[in-house]
Amino acid sequence: MREQLIFEHSRAGRSAEAQYPLAAVADGVPEHLRRRSAPLLPEVSELQAVRHFTRLSQLNFSIDTHFYPLGSCTMKYNPRACNQYAMLPGFLGRHPLAPESTGQGILQCLHELQEMLKEVTGMRGVSLTPMAGAQGEFAGVAMIRAYHRARGDLARTVIIVPDAAHGTNPATATMCGCTVKEIPSLANGDIDLDALRSAVGPQTAGIMLTNPSTLGVFERRIGEVAEIVHDAGGLLYYDGANLNAILGKVRPGDMGFDVIHMNLHKTFSTPHGGGGPGSGAVGVSERLLPFMPMPIVGYDGQAYRWLDENDLPQTIGRLSAFMGNTGVLLRAYVYMRMLGREGMHRVSEFATLNANYLMTKLVEAGFELAYPGRRAGHEFIVTLRREARDYGTTAMDFAKRLLDYGFHAPTTYFPLLVPECLLIEPTETESKEELDAFVAAMVAIREEAQTDPAKLKGAPYTLPVRRLDDVRAAKQLDIAWKAA
Amino acid sequence: MPFIPHTADDIRDMLTAIGARDTEALFDEIPAGLRARALDAIPPALSEMEVGRLMSARAGADGQPLNFIGAGAYEHHVPAAVWAIVTRGEFYSAYTPYQAEASQGTLQLLYEFQSMMASLTGMAASNASLYDGATALGEACLMAVRAHRKSKSQRILVPAAVNPAYRDVLQAVAGGQNLAFELLPYDPRGGTTTTASLEKYRGEDITALVVQQPNFFGSLEDVDALTDWAHEAGMLVIAVVNPVSLAVLKPPGEWGTTGADIVCGEGQPLGVPLSSGGPYFGFMTTRMEHVRQMPGRIVGRTVDLDGKPGFTLTLQAREQHIRRSKATSNICTNQGLLVTAATIYMSLVGPRGLAQVASTCVQRSAVLVAALARVPGVRVAFDGPRFHEAVLLLDRPVRGVLEALAARGIVGGCDISRDYPSLGNALLVCATETRTLQDIETYARALTDVMQSAAAA
Repeated sequence: MREQLIFEHSRAGRSAEAQYPLAAVADGVPEHLRRRSAPLLPEVSELQAVRHFTRLSQLNFSIDTHFYPLGSCTMKYNPRACNQYAMLPGFLGRHPLAPESTGQGILQCLHELQEMLKEVTGMRGVSLTPMAGAQGEFAGVAMIRAYHRARGDLARTVIIVPDAAHGTNPATATMCGCTVKEIPSLANGDIDLDALRSAVGPQTAGIMLTNPSTLGVFERRIGEVAEIVHDAGGLLYYDGANLNAILGKVRPGDMGFDVIHMNLHKTFSTPHGGGGPGSGAVGVSERLLPFMPMPIVGYDGQAYRWLDENDLPQTIGRLSAFMGNTGVLLRAYVYMRMLGREGMHRVSEFATLNANYLMTKLVEAGFELAYPGRRAGHEFIVTLRREARDYGTTAMDFAKRLLDYGFHAPTTYFPLLVPECLLIEPTETESKEELDAFVAAMVAIREEAQTDPAKLKGAPYTLPVRRLDDVRAAKQLDIAWKAA
Repeated sequence: MPFIPHTADDIRDMLTAIGARDTEALFDEIPAGLRARALDAIPPALSEMEVGRLMSARAGADGQPLNFIGAGAYEHHVPAAVWAIVTRGEFYSAYTPYQAEASQGTLQLLYEFQSMMASLTGMAASNASLYDGATALGEACLMAVRAHRKSKSQRILVPAAVNPAYRDVLQAVAGGQNLAFELLPYDPRGGTTTTASLEKYRGEDITALVVQQPNFFGSLEDVDALTDWAHEAGMLVIAVVNPVSLAVLKPPGEWGTTGADIVCGEGQPLGVPLSSGGPYFGFMTTRMEHVRQMPGRIVGRTVDLDGKPGFTLTLQAREQHIRRSKATSNICTNQGLLVTAATIYMSLVGPRGLAQVASTCVQRSAVLVAALARVPGVRVAFDGPRFHEAVLLLDRPVRGVLEALAARGIVGGCDISRDYPSLGNALLVCATETRTLQDIETYARALTDVMQSAAAA
């Protein structure tokens, strides 16, 4: 199953000669600025390259090949039409700095996307520029800081996050020059309002929340949370990681949030690409409109154009050299047009139906929930602490064995506060048969854990490699190939 | 229901299993007052055929003009094989390789990418990508502050000849952590940064000097002199480079006596289409001694339980999902799919092909500059060696000239007059290997017409 490194296929003098100019050229680069030895790039034929990378692709699990219930990541089907229509020559060949007169078609798509995202979130303004969820978070917290600064409220530098928050939340606060205060969750998964009341004060810049939370449950007292934070002079940030659970049902703007980011690569089905590109568009309430990141598409009834610093002098600035991950935005646009008005709420309905069904079936099969008695949002948490205690098998062992059964593992060991947890998010695009097969696999693996726990410890067996030595990877660091 | 597989029977059976009356009942924990009204501003659904017609009409309206802009995004030939493989579902629809055993394809590819970028830049360690070139420079500055423990100032020198969009992004992404960026002037004759402009900082605590090669004007900086000067003065050197240029230009690892410390840049020229501005990817490489200060994913080679080689994410203790507020960066998802394109691109062209591309770019842009400089009312702003861009000075405002050219199907360059007011009417033009001599001739003739017509004046 192993595929050699591309460098091992390399032979001096070979290359894909159809792909570059062959004529000898004198470029006139002065000797002292010139490269002296060739870089270590492979020398392979076009077929060798195609075969190598095709074979590598076959070593991956993906949505197109496997059920991929990775919690908090919304691994739903990525319709092929979105890719095809985002890669039309007129969009693909366009230079980002070409005159706006030559880009009215794409600007219209982006403007309509802004408007549709405003509608589904209940926010007053949208900027599409952040290139990932974490950059959307950065934009959001930077806007919160800019808002307080513009009011001369310079002491507000503390960002409150629940202990269950995604790691990007506290990391983002730090990048924006804020400090972080964590507050605990209650046993039922809700925020501890007393802890929140004592955490807020004249230094509170804002709070970062996900709803449904990373624990998979809807924060029922969101109205009170908003009131406490607003009364203390802070703003509310909505981490849109879990927007798939409430699309068309509840709008963050109506919950009292001042700023949100949306992961278009989750809710709006743009591809995850093996780790990006994502897109973290931000939406804002009235009071943050002047601070939005640039550029934004404006429309005066005649023509579309990029708004810039002259239009929004208080902007937090630019977060990319051009205008963010434009091609990802086009994919999200096509997806939203195909869902239409009537399709938005179906996303959350069926994502929630699938999650609650899968949760019910796993409970019937004897698995333990971290937050029993609650409705699942679009995801839920199983804790395998009983299995760990009784059989000595960890959540990681179950995860690795699931791979042998043909399922990508759920998210493991997040949120950090639940022991031996699996965060399971089936999404709306999976069929009942697939969910039933997943339950059957979990049951079979637990039987193996009872009778032969070593079998789990050694998993996986059927993949290109068995369990990898992560400690060695970090200690004997080998991160670049060198010619022998 | 588009993309939803449930039959009426499925829905009934699933609700029965859950013990819910209908799907609405699944939302009963949400307070009634928060429920959304109908989303009237969203248009009704379109079929794939209908949305295809809509998008084709809009893409068609934007046409396919002849492009002579660079300014940080470059039109190169992208082999057909690149995107045919990139859009395979196994790459396209996978996620971050959290389960290494089920992601060996992506992981091995990233290891190969890191190897190629390390060699191309002459450094020991590469990460698996950042968002784009501009944010990569922002992350590089933040990294320099962490890596240069003796420097306390957080002051970074940034030449005015660095891409102005990058300088804007620097302020936005690193300004919040109180980094101070000080602008270095360029030499008005050569369009480059001179060590003379650095002398006033001698003896001061400066964390790092940024050097862009080629710089925003397309001019080649004296990278050896700048690197040695900065190192003697106790600063780190952050190189911002075009990866295609490195096939012919000296890699940052060999700049001056000891080489640059952190290298970053825009990866788009390596197999990524212009795509109206993105998605692209940023890259970053560094010395091995600084690897633990580097942000972003890093893939390492290791062995499995049977001792067979395999690949996994490593040094994760730097990252937000472990270190939270103490992480090197908040970056999580990066630009994996674009790195896939770049790795396939570099494998197809190889060292010889990349050098041919780079040299042809230099040659074609020289032809372009010579042809345009012959047009009355046009002259070249700077002398000295260049890569594939140049600044031209016009005898009238650039904007009107560009609009007139656009009407003739030519995107004639980037108006940089607003970013560099002291240059006057300044136009940044570029030619890569994709512009033929015929294309250049077409542009020169169109520009002659435009400059002669009173309408543009």
